[in-house]
Amino acid sequence: MVEELLHSQAGILNFGIFFLLAVVLLFVILGFVTYAILAERKVMGFMQLRQGPNQVGGRWGLLQTVADVLKLLLKEDTIPKLADKPLFIIAPVIAFAPSFIVMAAIPFTDKFQFADLGVGLLYYVAISGLTTIGMLTGGWASNNKYALLGGMRAAAQMISYEIPLVMSVIGIVLLTGSLNLNDIVAAQENVWYIVLQPVAFIIFLIASVAELNRVPFDLPEAENELVAGFHVEYSGFRWAMFMLAEYVYIFAMASLTTVLFLGGWHPLFSFLGFIPGAVWFALKFMCVFFLLLWFRSTFPRIRADKLMEFAWKILLPIALANIFLTAIIKEILNLF
Amino acid sequence: MEMLNLYQNNYLIVFVFLCLGILLPVVALFIGKLLRPYKPIKEKYTTYESGLDPIGDSRVQFNVRYYIFALMFVIFDVETVFLYPWAVAYEKLGIFALIEMMIFVFMLVIGLIYAWKKKVLKWI
Repeated sequence: MVEELLHSQAGILNFGIFFLLAVVLLFVILGFVTYAILAERKVMGFMQLRQGPNQVGGRWGLLQTVADVLKLLLKEDTIPKLADKPLFIIAPVIAFAPSFIVMAAIPFTDKFQFADLGVGLLYYVAISGLTTIGMLTGGWASNNKYALLGGMRAAAQMISYEIPLVMSVIGIVLLTGSLNLNDIVAAQENVWYIVLQPVAFIIFLIASVAELNRVPFDLPEAENELVAGFHVEYSGFRWAMFMLAEYVYIFAMASLTTVLFLGGWHPLFSFLGFIPGAVWFALKFMCVFFLLLWFRSTFPRIRADKLMEFAWKILLPIALANIFLTAIIKEILNLF
Repeated sequence: MEMLNLYQNNYLIVFVFLCLGILLPVVALFIGKLLRPYKPIKEKYTTYESGLDPIGDSRVQFNVRYYIFALMFVIFDVETVFLYPWAVAYEKLGIFALIEMMIFVFMLVIGLIYAWKKKVLKWI
């Protein structure tokens, strides 16, 4: 049915149907974010030998995040007098919107996906870069020294780590010969790219953690030096939008890692093929997500001066070398 | 015509996502506006600076390093713009394109090494 829809004349009706489907995805993502925050707090609690939330919603704290969101909704909204009001209001929207737009290109299974773009990978990279502007706008508009420092740091860090991130996936593009995420998954039917491109995977993982502004790369919002970074002055639901953007990006980035390196919806071994693709995708996705939580409770924050040098002096040369190594090996294999 | 429809529909989906991405914050903030209290006090609208009164405007001149990193970013981002189509079409282009791209990247790497030696990459 969807196949027919995709081939029909684009118009208002199609817009309406796509809109409803996208709303469904939006609620799935909001559900994920709600329980991702809970999972993060619980897992970190267990890793630090404490309980984590266990009061609201039973022993597992199942309603904790719901209560938090409702509380945020009821908070008074303050905009500092010295702030640049229009920019202050628009910044959370600029930060959030790209995080949701990138979801359009990600194929979850062979059936459950939205736009099948020819330039899917490039689309993801290009759109996700826009969030930096939201953070910088928020930091600048607040007219607060902490916020401005946080915003500038966020911009500097994200543009620095974007380069290794973008370059590490070129190895995959070389092997697949396509930017379409469906083609990339299809090419991993037998061997996943984590096996063929281990170096690229490590660079991608490090750079993606930095892009997500998570520990050990959470300098833009380092609590104990910048109070909260670019969103110091934000309160209530405007602040929640920044947080939401962050967690939606975790969803998007974990999905992208699964699609690019872990074979998307393909099973681990072909005899396990009777298990549906969606289950495989969810399993791999959760492994990546757990890895992010694990990082958070394991690594200390990286020093500000080491941060930039690490991106430009270590990750970038390795990523460049990886591209040409892949190309040369491919050329040699073609000879035989 | 068939392909054109497919193409248009795919980008229509992207447009739908754009609309939703903007709509969600707007709707959420509107609902929040109906629910949240509004009790303005002068102190609430001061800039936060750990309890002190902020001195001067916070939008001061910024370290030039940020600008230099932005320049470096532009250079290498343009490089990736060339690398992506090259990687896609590599199968058809073959070894000639590989050597060409190596020369191109080599020149940019010289730039990187120059910046490295000039201590541009060092963050103080």
